[in-house]
Amino acid sequence: MKFVDEFRDPEVITRTSEEIHRLADPSRHYRIMEVCGGHTHAIYRFGLKDLLPSNIELIHGPGCPVCVLPMGRIDDGLSIARQPGVIFAAFGDMMRVPGTQGSPLEHKARGMDVRIVYSPSDALKLARVNPDKHVMFFAIGFETTAPSTALTLVRAKNEGIRNFSVFCNHVTIIPAIRAILDSPDMRIDAFIGPGHVSTVIGCRPYEWIAKNENKPVAVSGFEPLDILQSIVMVLRQLKAEEARIENQYKRVVPWEGNHAALRAMADVFELRPYFEWRGLGFISQSALRIRESFAEWDSEQRFHVPGVRVTDPKAAQCGEVLKGVLKPHQCKLFGKECTPEHPVGALMVSSEGSCAAYFNYEHRKTAMVTSIASVA
Amino acid sequence: MCLAIPGQVVELFPDQPSTALIDVVGVRRKVDLGLLQDNLPVKGDWVLIHVGFAMSKISEEDALDQMRTLRMLGEAEAAVQEVEGYGLDHSGNAKAS
Amino acid sequence: MAHGAGGKASRRLVEGLFAPLLFASSSEPLGDAAHLDFNGTRIAITTDSFVVKPLSFPGGSIGELAVNGTVNDLAVSGARAEAMVVTYVLEAGLPTPVLEAEVRAMGNAARKAGVRIAGGDTKVVEHGKADSMYITTTGIGRPLHWLNIDPKSVRPGDRILLSGPIGDHGITILLARGELDLEADLRSDTRSVLPLVEVLVKAAGPGIRWMRDPTRGGVATSLNELARDCGCGIVLLEEMIPMHDAVRGACELLGLDPLHIANEGQFLVVVAPEYADAALNALTLAPGGENAQVIGEVREQPSGAVLVTTRYGGSRIVDMLVGDPLPRIC
Repeated sequence: MKFVDEFRDPEVITRTSEEIHRLADPSRHYRIMEVCGGHTHAIYRFGLKDLLPSNIELIHGPGCPVCVLPMGRIDDGLSIARQPGVIFAAFGDMMRVPGTQGSPLEHKARGMDVRIVYSPSDALKLARVNPDKHVMFFAIGFETTAPSTALTLVRAKNEGIRNFSVFCNHVTIIPAIRAILDSPDMRIDAFIGPGHVSTVIGCRPYEWIAKNENKPVAVSGFEPLDILQSIVMVLRQLKAEEARIENQYKRVVPWEGNHAALRAMADVFELRPYFEWRGLGFISQSALRIRESFAEWDSEQRFHVPGVRVTDPKAAQCGEVLKGVLKPHQCKLFGKECTPEHPVGALMVSSEGSCAAYFNYEHRKTAMVTSIASVA
Repeated sequence: MCLAIPGQVVELFPDQPSTALIDVVGVRRKVDLGLLQDNLPVKGDWVLIHVGFAMSKISEEDALDQMRTLRMLGEAEAAVQEVEGYGLDHSGNAKAS
Repeated sequence: MAHGAGGKASRRLVEGLFAPLLFASSSEPLGDAAHLDFNGTRIAITTDSFVVKPLSFPGGSIGELAVNGTVNDLAVSGARAEAMVVTYVLEAGLPTPVLEAEVRAMGNAARKAGVRIAGGDTKVVEHGKADSMYITTTGIGRPLHWLNIDPKSVRPGDRILLSGPIGDHGITILLARGELDLEADLRSDTRSVLPLVEVLVKAAGPGIRWMRDPTRGGVATSLNELARDCGCGIVLLEEMIPMHDAVRGACELLGLDPLHIANEGQFLVVVAPEYADAALNALTLAPGGENAQVIGEVREQPSGAVLVTTRYGGSRIVDMLVGDPLPRIC
């Protein structure tokens, strides 16, 4: 696969790993946070931790749009879908996330019309082919995904498709990073920046992290070599006592961002005054809602939404794991009451949630970290 | 929020300028070009695809440049080691004893 | 719902509910078929149900799956399928041409596999049930010589072979459902693996420790079951796992792990190291076995788990499937 395989070249990966070992000062303990859940997933999937020296600690950030969604919002979405004639459409990522009455898949087993879609435009297509039903698209994602939802709403309005609405749970990444840096129990040395969010917002929005907080940021791609090169970049900056934004993912990320995407978002969405983030509490100006001009396509305007706040079970430590204060296995419920089969929190459901990643890829590796010789 | 894959534009549709058929090693899907309307791709271009929308064009030049930089990582170090093997210090002077 | 997907929930249903209540000697690990002894005559028997949407897809249809699936379960248990009986549960209103096509497909598949269809039963249920058609096949067969399939005989150093590329069937079905708007030149790999198994037995019979056909839940689920049953660790080398480009592309696009995708025409075999070369040679020279590979080996650690390693040294644990594989965007 072009633009994929080159960045998985074993020889170059080995060399880059050696460079990281050379650069890492043995007297320091580095805490590098990868903000985006996609990076968390990639780190585990490619076993990248195996290639780093022991004094580099990767902290998993809150950039998982499924993980930060409070349970109450899932309940709200499902309550709309319970109305007769409504089709609940969402990405596969949402299907097993538990609400208080069960997950969307569990609702499907009980007779609700629940469909998995790959694209918001597929949800709109469902509305076109089912004129007697109402399709409610449960939208999630950071700025990577929001423009696609925005364009889909524009298309729905232009075509006059009235049996379609969006339940909008889009969130923005900068307030989440700010919340991490403002948190008193956090100490981060550098960031691996969210590469795909940056294809939309560009690199400028991170400049305050370097200027005001004095932390290096490397905006990173998602292949093994991308992530490893980003680590090289921040290590070099830390060594030289610099703090800059570097665009590691140049082949795809424009420094100024994607103006057409930003325009689409601005036309359709506005910032909510505040929004509750699972684990991080209420954050102002951190989430998107649909503008009045698109009210007819806003599920929250078309339908009554209970809006009940649901707090996580007391024993669940989703918040601390999300902020990187606790490692997944340090949560009291990890591996016992909370597993991918019966998840308590979204971090165990989402494939990029740190708990799921840790459970699926890591927790049994600890026995044999040393001697993995290659297979003949 | 992050699963995006490189794909090649293999067909454009004159009657649907916002749509393209892309190919990912033999898997094909129509994607929406609405987010690239300021700089529409042409047949043969590579784009990054996320949830059925093209997010960005992929620069082959930047990709090659990156690989060149990475490949040089080991070489620079190997060169240093070779020089050290000659018994010279880093300024090219013979080392003491 | 997750109980049908072939992974953890299915296993719990079988081991937790069915086994204690139904099976006489439930201390044995559950295999693909049961080998029974009737006063010195050994017969292998197995049964399987087939539920698939859509009924027909590139490379086959439910009828072929129903025949090949049972033939394969017998084959990997070390037996040659001789005869089967068939049950159809049909949804009222199913068009006759559709039913006829499936019956024809079954007949063809049975002839190709050298199996007699000895009888069957049909039931019709009301409209809205049975997703058009459910088929169950129960097959009996004759155990092949030289085989003693037992997960407990698997030990560190044994090699793991795979008969061919993974993921064709599962991805074909996913695409055929039409919900994801993806197209690819892919076909289900449904076929009888018996000819390949027989070739393998001839070349390496005494060295064969265990076999399985990785259907629902994929290679990861089958190997996790083995790891659990034998108490050893399974270590795979990712680059050795054969896969068609389009399967890889679809999995990357949808965020799926090919190791969890169903196959209907492949099998895994664990062989003693001294027989590994003979086994691989025999498979690759046989028709339909050209893409066979050694994909890994058995080690002491990680005990009870499956580890996938890469050439650059990174590794990850691959668990059994939980529910159906779902596409993701994150």
